[in-house]
Amino acid sequence: MSSPVLQVRDLRVTFPAAAGDVTAVRGITYDLARREVLGIVGESGSGKTVSALAVMGLLPETARVEGSVLLDGEELTGCDDRELAALRGRRIAMIFQDPLSALTPVYSVGYQIAEAVRVHRDVSARAARSRAVELLELVGIPHAQQRASAFPHEFSGGMRQRVLIAMAIANDPDVIIADEPTTALDVTIQAQILDVLRTAREATGAAILMITHDLGVIAGFANRVAVMYAGRLVETGSVDDVYGRPRMPYTLGLLGAIPRIDESGRGPLVPIEGTPPSLVDLPPGCPFAPRCPLVYDRCLEVEPAALPIGGRGQHTACHRASVIEEGDLRPADVFPLPQAAPARASPDAHGERPVVLAAEGLVKHHPLLRGAVFKRRVGTVRAVDGISFEIREGETLGLVGESGCGKTTALLQVLELRPPQAGRVVVLGRDAAHLDARERRALRRDVQVVFQDPLASLDPRLPVSEVLGEPLRTHGVPAQRIAARVRELLGLVGLAPDHSGRYPQQFSGGERQRIAIARALALEPRLLVLDEPVSALDVSIRAGVVNLLEDLRARLGLSYLFVAHDLSVVRHIADRVAVMYLGRLAETGKVERVYGAPAHPYTQALLSAIPVPVPALERRRRRIMLEGDPPSPADPPSGCRFRTRCPKFAALDDGLRRRCIEEEPALATVADDQQAACHYAEPMQVV
Amino acid sequence: MVKFLLRRLANSLVLVGIAASLAYLLAASALNPRSNFEGRNPAPPKAVVDRRLDELNLNDETPVVQRYARWASGVAHGDFGRTWDGTSVTAEMRRRIGVSLRLLLIATIVGGVLGVLAGAWGATRQYRVSDHAITLLSFVILSIPVFVLAVLLEIAAVGFNNAIGVRLFEYTGEFTPGLTGGFWVQLGDRLRHLVLPSLTLVLGEIAIFSRYQRNAMLDVLGQDFVRTAMAKGLRRRTALLKHALRTALIPAATFFAYNFGLLLVGATFTEKIFGWHGMGEWFVDSVTSNDVNAVAAVSCFAAVLVLVAGLLSDLAYALLDPRIRVS
Amino acid sequence: MSVPSEQLSAVLPGQQPAGTGAPLDETRVPSRWGLVLERFRRRRLAVVGLAVLVALFGLAFLGPYLGRWSYTDHDFSAFLEGPSATHWFGTTQTGADVYALTLRGMQKSLIIGLLVAVLSTGLAAVVGSFAGYLGGWVDRVLMWVVELLLVLPSFLIVAILSPTFRGKTWLVFVLLLAAFLWMVTARIVRGMTISLREREYVLAARYMGVRAPTIVFRHILPNMASLLIIDATVNVSAAIIAETGLSYFGFGVQPPDVSLGTLIADGTSSAVTYPWLFGFAAGLLVLIVLSVNLVGDGLRDALDPTSSATR
Repeated sequence: MSSPVLQVRDLRVTFPAAAGDVTAVRGITYDLARREVLGIVGESGSGKTVSALAVMGLLPETARVEGSVLLDGEELTGCDDRELAALRGRRIAMIFQDPLSALTPVYSVGYQIAEAVRVHRDVSARAARSRAVELLELVGIPHAQQRASAFPHEFSGGMRQRVLIAMAIANDPDVIIADEPTTALDVTIQAQILDVLRTAREATGAAILMITHDLGVIAGFANRVAVMYAGRLVETGSVDDVYGRPRMPYTLGLLGAIPRIDESGRGPLVPIEGTPPSLVDLPPGCPFAPRCPLVYDRCLEVEPAALPIGGRGQHTACHRASVIEEGDLRPADVFPLPQAAPARASPDAHGERPVVLAAEGLVKHHPLLRGAVFKRRVGTVRAVDGISFEIREGETLGLVGESGCGKTTALLQVLELRPPQAGRVVVLGRDAAHLDARERRALRRDVQVVFQDPLASLDPRLPVSEVLGEPLRTHGVPAQRIAARVRELLGLVGLAPDHSGRYPQQFSGGERQRIAIARALALEPRLLVLDEPVSALDVSIRAGVVNLLEDLRARLGLSYLFVAHDLSVVRHIADRVAVMYLGRLAETGKVERVYGAPAHPYTQALLSAIPVPVPALERRRRRIMLEGDPPSPADPPSGCRFRTRCPKFAALDDGLRRRCIEEEPALATVADDQQAACHYAEPMQVV
Repeated sequence: MVKFLLRRLANSLVLVGIAASLAYLLAASALNPRSNFEGRNPAPPKAVVDRRLDELNLNDETPVVQRYARWASGVAHGDFGRTWDGTSVTAEMRRRIGVSLRLLLIATIVGGVLGVLAGAWGATRQYRVSDHAITLLSFVILSIPVFVLAVLLEIAAVGFNNAIGVRLFEYTGEFTPGLTGGFWVQLGDRLRHLVLPSLTLVLGEIAIFSRYQRNAMLDVLGQDFVRTAMAKGLRRRTALLKHALRTALIPAATFFAYNFGLLLVGATFTEKIFGWHGMGEWFVDSVTSNDVNAVAAVSCFAAVLVLVAGLLSDLAYALLDPRIRVS
Repeated sequence: MSVPSEQLSAVLPGQQPAGTGAPLDETRVPSRWGLVLERFRRRRLAVVGLAVLVALFGLAFLGPYLGRWSYTDHDFSAFLEGPSATHWFGTTQTGADVYALTLRGMQKSLIIGLLVAVLSTGLAAVVGSFAGYLGGWVDRVLMWVVELLLVLPSFLIVAILSPTFRGKTWLVFVLLLAAFLWMVTARIVRGMTISLREREYVLAARYMGVRAPTIVFRHILPNMASLLIIDATVNVSAAIIAETGLSYFGFGVQPPDVSLGTLIADGTSSAVTYPWLFGFAAGLLVLIVLSVNLVGDGLRDALDPTSSATR
C-alpha cells in the first residue's frame, strides 16, 4: 500500500477573539489514502469546515494554525501565499458548500474555469477555453459550448455546483476537498451531484475528503468516516464499522436521532439532550460529557484519546467505549427514550372526523419580474396551479416537494385567509372568500404558524414574555392573565417558566424553535401550519423538536399542515402526505401507502434519491435518476408537467407518449386512500 | 433594453418638467422683485414699476398661475425669459453652462477614479497604518465644508505664491481678462486658474468615494467567490484585483448618482468663492436679486444634471453587472 | 425532556447544562448595549470624537459665562484687534467680542444640527417604513415624491424659500431644512423595511392578526434602531454643513442671530489679513463636524458590525 496522499497531524486552529480565543479545531489527525473517500461528519460548529480550510491555507490571516499538513510528504503549514497558490487548484482542490456565492457574478463560467486552467498551465486562452467546455461536458452540463459563455446567475444551484466541480478537477488534482457539496440542493439534484462527483473521481483518480452533516450522504459514498464533535475527531473507521457498530455515545445518538425513510416505525426518535459546548474556555474532560447518559467521574476529568477498538482500524475517543463494545449497545440502550406519544386517532376513522382545512383548486400566480434596476414583467410564475387537499381533526398532512414546487406559496396562501386567485380555502367550515376584516382576525386565533428559522421568526428585541404575550394581547386577553399563560406555555414546550425574561438570542436553536411553537399555541389554535419547522436544526436537536410536536398533537388534539422537503421527517410525523411538483399535486394518500408503494414516477424518484444511513443498503440501492433541473414554473411543459424528466415517459413508445404530452393527468385513485396524477401510474417499492 | 431606456428617458423628462415648474412656482411666490425698486431714491412711480415688472413677467400682482403659464410656454419654445436687467436668460445660460460643466466633469472623473483607487487600496490593507491614514484623512476632508476648504486653499496658495515670488496659482475668475498671448499662454493662464477650484471639489470627491469604495470592497472581500478564486490557485493580490475589485465597482456606480446632488452644491460654493461665472454663482446672485426667471433656469439645469447622472449610473450599472443586463 | 435536568446537574457539580436549568451566566451573554458600548470603546478615534464633542458642547453653552463680554456688546476701545487677554478671540470691525460671537454661533449651529437631524430622521423613518411595509400605491406615491425632491438639490429649494423666513424665527428655517434632508434616509429605511417585511417574525405577527401600524412601530422600526441612530448622527453633520452653507450666503440664519456660517462669511474676505475673524469660527465648525463624523463611524461599527453601507 502506498503512502497516504494527505496526512494531517494534530491540526489546531484558534481564532483570537475579545471574549477569549476560540479553538475551533483542537488537534485532529487523519490520513487520506490515494483514491480513497473519507467522510467527515459533524454538526454545525464542530469545526469540520474550518479544518478543511486550514488544510487549504484559506483561513483568514487572523487564524492561528498549528500542527502539520503533509501533501505527498510536503509540508503545507507555514507556506507563504505564493507557494500555496502554486499547489491550490493543481494538486489539491476544493468544492464549496454554497454554489450561489462561490462563483464571481461578473465573469462567465467558461472564463472562470479557463482561469483555473491558465493559472497553472501555460496554454493559450483558446486552448483553456476548449478545455473548459470539455470539463463542462464531463460534469454533465448540456450544450456546454454555449453555456460556457453564460454567467453564474443564469444557472440553477445544481448546475452551479457542477461548474464548481469542473473547476476543481480542471488540473487533475490528487486531493479534492468537498465541503457540504450537496447541502444547499434538493434530493434529486443531490443524487445527480453525487453521481458527478463519482465521475470526477474516476476521471482524475483523486482522493476525496467529503465534509457533511448528513450521515446518509456518506453511507454509500465514502470508504471511511470520521465523526467530529467540538473540534475533535471522536470516532473514525470504515463506514460499515462506524455505522454498524458505533462505539461512541455521540455517534450512537446521531444514528438514533435520524428519522428513517425506510422504517415505518412510529416510535419516538432518540433525542440528545443539551447543545454542543462553546469552544471558548472548554472545561477539562470529554466535551460530550454534559450530554452523555453514560457519563462518570473520569469523563469530567480527562478528555479521552482516540484509541483503537474492535481490531479493524476503528478508533473511538470515549472512556466508556469498552462498555458499549461489550454490551454491543444500540442507540435506544444508551439514550433513554421519552414516553411514546399516546396513540393517535386511528387513521381508519379519517372519513368520519370533521374537516379542519380544505383547499380546493387553489391557485396562486405571481408576475415574473426581470432585472434589478430595469424591472419589467416578462411572464407569470404559476407557483400554485390548482391543488386540492384537506386536513381532518387530529391529523397531520405532510406537503412535500423540492424547492420551487410551490409548497410554501400554498402555505402562505392558506395563512392569508383571503380569497385566492382561484379555488377555495375553507378553514373550520368558513370560506376565506366570505370573511370580513373582523371575522378574519377572529379566525386567525384558530390557525397559527411555525416557521423554519427560529432565529428569524422571533423578534430579537423582545424578551420571551413579550414574544409569547403578543398574540394574547392582540386578541384581547386581559393583561393579568397573560403572565400566567406565558409560564404555562413555556412549561408546555419543555422550557423553564422562569426564562420568560430572556431574549431569543440567549437560547439555543432547538429552544428557540420551542418558543416559536409555544407562541403558535398561545391562542389554543386548532390548526398549526408548520413551514419546514425542523430543517434549520442540527440532527441531534431535531429529534427533540419532532418528539415535542408529536406529543403536543396527541395531547392537544391539534391538526398539522406540515410543509417540508425532508421526506424522512414527514414519514415519521405525518398521517397523510401530498407530493407537489411544479405547482400541482403528483400524488397524495396515506403515508404507509405512498412511501410503501409510490405510484407516481416523481414520488418514486424522490424516495429513491434519499440516502439511508446504512452503508450496505446504500451501496446496493438502485437510484432512479432524474434528468436535469425542474422546468421553470413560468413555463411548465404541456400535458403532464413531469414528462420532461420522467423516466417512465422516456421508456414509453410514441403512441403512449402522446397522452402524456397532450393531456394533463388528474389525480386518480390507485389504491385505497392513494391517488396519483399519472396516466400510467404503477405502484412500486423503491426504498 | 433600448425600449426600456426610452421609457426611462420619458419618465425623466416628466420629472424635469415637474421639478422645474415646482422651482419656478416656489421662486415666483417666495422672491419679491418689486422690493428691488423699493430701496431706490427717488422711488419710481408704481405704474412705471408695474410696467417694467410686467415686461419681465415678474409682477407679483399678476396671479402666479398666469405668470407660470407665460413662463412655461416660453420654456417650451426654448426661451427661459429675461433676467432682472432685461437680458435673455437663455443666452446667459449658454455662456455659463460650459464653465460649470468643466468644473463638474473634472471633479467627477478625477475625484471618482482617485477615490475608488484609494478606497480599494485601503480595504486590502484593512487596519494597517496606510488604511488608517487614508481613513483619517478622508474624515478630516469630509468634515471641512466646501466654503472653508476653498478659503483654506486660497490662503495656502497666497502663501505659496509669496514664498516663491511668482503668482503661480490664481484664485479669482477662470482666466485673466485682457491677457494677450498665443494659445499656450492662454492655456497656461486658464490652467493656473483651474487648479484651486478643481482641487476644492476633487479633494472632497476623493474623500467620499474612497470611504464608499473601501466599504463596498470590504463587503466583497469576505465573500465566497474570492475564496474560490484563491482555491483555484490565484494569488491573493490577483484574486483581490480581478474578482473583488471588479465586483465592488458595481455599487460605486449607483453611488455616483446619489453623490451628484451634493457635488452640484459644492460646485455652487466653489464658483461663488473663486469668482467663476458659472451657473452656481448665477443662482446665488439671482436669489439675492430676486431674479425669478434666472433662478428657475438654474433649477432646471440642476434637475437635468441630476437625472442625467442617474441615467449614466444606471447605464454603468448595466455595463458592470451581467445580472441586470436584460437580454 | 426525558433526562431531567436535576439528574445531569447532580452529575456535574457546579456546572449547569446549557439550555435547561438555572439562568445562563450573565457574563457569557452580555446585554446588547453592553456589547455595543464595548465595541464603541475599542474605536479609539470614536471615543476621542465623543470627548471632543462633549467638550465643544460645554464650550458653547458654558463658555459664555466665562467670558467678560456678551455677543451684543461692542467695545468701542477695540476695533479689529487680535486675540488678547481682554478679547480672547479678538474683536470685529464694530468692536464686538469674537469669542462671545463665536460661542453664540456655535450654540445656534449645534441646536439647529441636532433638531434638523432628529426631525428629518424621524420623518424618514415614518415615510420609509410605511412606504416599504404597505407597498402598492402608498409606496409608489411616497417614493415618487422622494424621487422628485431628490431631483432638486435641497440647497436650491431652501435658498429659494429663504425670503419667506426672513424676519421670522429661526425655527422656520429648521423645519424647512428638515423637510428637505430626509429623502435619502427614507429610501434606505424603505429598502430595509422591504427586507424586514418578509422576515418570519413579521409574518408571524401578521398571521397572528396584529395590525399594520402596530407591526411597523413594534417590530420594524425598533429593529432598525441601529440604522436610525447611525443615520441621525450622520444627519447631524449634514445638517450643520447645510445650515452653515446656507447661512454663509445669507439664505439661512438671519441677523441679528448669528451662526458659524454667518461668522465665517463675514470673516472670509479678511481671512488673510485678520485671520481671527475667520479662523476661530471655521476651526470650531470643522472640529464639530469631524467629531460628529467620527462618533457616527464608531457607532456604525459598534451597532451594526456586519453592515458597512455609507451614503
